[in-house]
Amino acid sequence: MKYAIIVYESPAEVAKRDDPADAPAYWAAYQAYSQTLVEAGVASGGTGLQPAGIATTIRIRGSERHVHDGPFADTKEQLGGLFVIEVPDLDTALKWAARCPSASTGSVEVRPVLLPPPGVTP
Amino acid sequence: MNSSDDTPYRVAERAARQSYGRLVAMLMARTSDLTAAEDAMSNAFLRALETWPRDGVPEKPDAWLFRVALNALRDRLRRTRAEDAALHDVARAFNQVEATFDSGIADERLAMLFVCAHPAIDESVRTPLMLQAVLGLDAARLASAFLLSPATLAQRLVRAKAKIRMARIAMTMPEPEQRALRIDDVLACIYAAYTLGSDGYGRDPRMAELSQNAIDLGELVAALAPEQPEAQGLLALMYLCESRRRARFAPDGRFVPLAVQDTSLWDRNLIAKGEQKLWDAARLKQPGRFQLEAAIQSVHCSRVETGHLPWDVIRDLYRQLLDLAPTLGATCGYASSLAEAGESAAALSTLDQIERKRVVAYQPFWATRASVLALLGRSAEAGKAYTTAIGLTEDAAVRAWLLEQRDALARHIER
Repeated sequence: MKYAIIVYESPAEVAKRDDPADAPAYWAAYQAYSQTLVEAGVASGGTGLQPAGIATTIRIRGSERHVHDGPFADTKEQLGGLFVIEVPDLDTALKWAARCPSASTGSVEVRPVLLPPPGVTP
Repeated sequence: MNSSDDTPYRVAERAARQSYGRLVAMLMARTSDLTAAEDAMSNAFLRALETWPRDGVPEKPDAWLFRVALNALRDRLRRTRAEDAALHDVARAFNQVEATFDSGIADERLAMLFVCAHPAIDESVRTPLMLQAVLGLDAARLASAFLLSPATLAQRLVRAKAKIRMARIAMTMPEPEQRALRIDDVLACIYAAYTLGSDGYGRDPRMAELSQNAIDLGELVAALAPEQPEAQGLLALMYLCESRRRARFAPDGRFVPLAVQDTSLWDRNLIAKGEQKLWDAARLKQPGRFQLEAAIQSVHCSRVETGHLPWDVIRDLYRQLLDLAPTLGATCGYASSLAEAGESAAALSTLDQIERKRVVAYQPFWATRASVLALLGRSAEAGKAYTTAIGLTEDAAVRAWLLEQRDALARHIER
């Protein structure tokens, strides 16, 4: 079963990525985490995301195109990235999610990956 | 105990919780329906939490709660038009309530613990079931503690209770020859709750409370089964581990490993209680897993008096423990004690004998392996093991500590 471990980070956490004092520990923690997912044989994909502030969001309503700067929704915690893991069940997925660095600073959402219904090729 | 324990609400909660399990066990013994017994008790419990903080804890809290719970149970049975027999049982229990509490009948909680840890019940749900049935902890809180989705845990608890009812798992004490064996299941469940509570290293107050809940259960079993050395041993183990809770983190939140903790922060009262329990167990002259683990913790605690740690003694105790219970935790503990006693090569080969598949996601293995490799001067491999340990760590402070160890190692290589 594939699960997405979706990382939500506070602005302070995201800022650590470029802060000379905090960046080494920030990156080291994520690097160790993703390396461990690979070594444990559960890693199945994923990516980090640049800060939500530089996102561009598009909506098309009827024939009107709306383009705005910024993320889909302005929230306290922003989507920082996601890991996809393949594990037997939700219990195991939650154990891995708890080890994700953002679990102790922001939050982590765990969701099964959507599989297309029979007959629909992904 | 901190001062928040003294608020009227906390006093009421504690008093009610102490009665909770005993009363659920009594109700359960009369209806063999754990769900109904729990519902009735939660009802009474809530009423107590509403009125006791205001009016004070009644003189006989048990009798008060039992009466309210029986009323609730009777209403429920009437509503569901239960068989007359069940109603009759409850009515009889109701009439006996005064007599019951005045004569102080035998405590049925131990039988209840045997039910919760019954081999017929799915192992993953035994500990939560016990905490819920005997201490009244709610499923949502338990789900967080056990890192399960609340829906999943709720479903498993319901299934377990249905099984108790359908399979008619009896609320009776196992035969004496079975008792020692079956009590091991009970003790394992209690210890699982304790370690879970201290895994968060005790900073999360709710997790610390879970450890306290486990100690409450341990005290209960030790008191109700005084002839069982392992019950005394487990309680000793929990007291001794608990004595060091405050020293696990520096005031700035940094993680402090056991061997360098400031012993002035250890709770000497708990250490004394632990030592006493260990003696109680030893007098029964049947060594066991928990007694050995407690003995190891007792040696650690002896640093309070002597100022140094006899690692060779710890190593020998771990060796005995491995003969009895070759768990991953004991193997890692043995390896660390070998390394600390100056036998790093033996430590590494002990770790290498573990099948790798079993430790892929077991953080203590990688943290131990990293420190053993570092001692052996194999810094590059140590760094890799640290990385895996970091990736497997939940606690932010422990993660930071491991990162520091790895950095120190890297600096050492550069030099």
